[in-house]
Amino acid sequence: MIEVNKLCKSYGKQGKINALNGISFTVDEGEIFGVIGPVGAGKSSLFRIMASLLLPDSGTAIMNGHDAAKDYRKVRQIIGYMPERFSLYQDLSVEENLTFFATLFNTSIEENYHLIKDIYQQIEPFKKRRAGALSGGMKQKLALSCALIHKPEILILDEPTTGVDPVSRKEFWDMLGRLKEQGIIILVSTAYMDEASRCDRIALMREGEFIATDTPRGIIENYREILWSVEGTRMSALLTALRGYPEVKTSFAFGDKHHITVDESFQPDALRHFLADKGFHDVRVELAEPTVEDCFMAM
Amino acid sequence: MNKVMEVSGLTKKFGNFTAVDHISFDVTEGEIFGFLGANGAGKTTAMQMLCGISMPTAGKGTVAGYDIIKQNELIKRNIGYMSQKFSLYEDLKVWENIRLFGGIYGLREKIIAEKTDALLKRLDFEQERNTLVKYLPLGWKQKLAFSVAIFHEPKIVFLDEPTGGVDPAMRRQFWEMIYEAADQGITVFVTTHYMDEAEYCNRVSIMVDGRIDALDSPAALRHQFKAGSMDEVFRQLAREAERGD
Repeated sequence: MIEVNKLCKSYGKQGKINALNGISFTVDEGEIFGVIGPVGAGKSSLFRIMASLLLPDSGTAIMNGHDAAKDYRKVRQIIGYMPERFSLYQDLSVEENLTFFATLFNTSIEENYHLIKDIYQQIEPFKKRRAGALSGGMKQKLALSCALIHKPEILILDEPTTGVDPVSRKEFWDMLGRLKEQGIIILVSTAYMDEASRCDRIALMREGEFIATDTPRGIIENYREILWSVEGTRMSALLTALRGYPEVKTSFAFGDKHHITVDESFQPDALRHFLADKGFHDVRVELAEPTVEDCFMAM
Repeated sequence: MNKVMEVSGLTKKFGNFTAVDHISFDVTEGEIFGFLGANGAGKTTAMQMLCGISMPTAGKGTVAGYDIIKQNELIKRNIGYMSQKFSLYEDLKVWENIRLFGGIYGLREKIIAEKTDALLKRLDFEQERNTLVKYLPLGWKQKLAFSVAIFHEPKIVFLDEPTGGVDPAMRRQFWEMIYEAADQGITVFVTTHYMDEAEYCNRVSIMVDGRIDALDSPAALRHQFKAGSMDEVFRQLAREAERGD
């Protein structure tokens, strides 16, 4: 398991920028733990400390019994790490990169082929191509193959799906589900709120802190706002009109609808009249089920 | 309605690989046009041709009133461009970034100074005038990057995955800036992998294997593909893709 205890990290002169502000959590075997938050929340600092690539100012990260700071050699043997930026050898071919990483860990592609098969088969037709000449999606698959080739106990994936299209993202998550079944602990960060539901537990992270840690369902059940959706035509103008309504606390676009949080005294019919007076006639106002994204926005 | 962009049969081949395969469409003034597609479908190559930095193998078209083939230098001068990867110079101050881009687009010093004052005031950024861009919070950087991209008042601005990796609240603020620009008559051509953002476009096109396989308003596409969301529309189309990315 992973045990993180009161991790702190700051950067800059006199530690001005607090990247991590005393973070603690645990992750069990066979669990996918998602760290959900925007760029700059501290996700990469956290992952780099856990991958033994960065020293914390204080606190510890124990990876399956090994301290990421003190036992870094051991930790590096048992983790697979996929950094946010593509960091394979651009001038080596797909196959050469994979062989290189396998050799570093005293193993071979053949020995652990079963682990990477699902992913690697998709790029195997291009195994002679230079890594630098691959498309974004293929680079991502190669990076994951390289992170897996030594059969790690813990997989750390830093924003593996940023810039990846919806279909490839779904495939990627299906793959993580299969790796989890083999008992690998998976720690993954993302800025896509819809990916939260594919994790066993998630932490919502903002400004160096976990503002909530729970199952996706638990996060949603703890939502305390009253949420309605509003749908109509002229959505941009409708958004502005909604913000002018006294009982509306927040109002945001949510795909083809707007989501509004409202005071307890809110009456949908009164809003319908208010909108009709402003020229919005065929407007649908309905109670809405919150999503993780609504929860994040409310924090 | 005036057309800001009209292309027909636009094609780009690299050797015997057809990256963009005879795409034809037009974009109307003031429209927010979403340009979607899976990784590797040909979006980037198509965008490069539309921005005048890559010559098509076949086909023709105009962007901002200029011919893609004969007047590509004029296209570059008359469009705006912003991406998540390349936008501002981190080691220049806020005003210096504005000054630089204004200068690149050939605006006069006096005009730049006046417009800079107005812009900083409108964004409520006046106290950050002398701040290095690298010290700005991401949300501010993004607002500034967008403002700089339309500083020279282009007819059309290209936004290449402008919101990748961004906070949900910030993404929405950003889209409200896009709406404002569109209301002022600037046409917006935007790529994204967030399907909720596809809903915010007037029309979207979806590229599959170098072709445009669907083009309409989000509501019409949902209807056409009998789908509950744009995500579903996208999945149905991408499933037909033959080439891996």
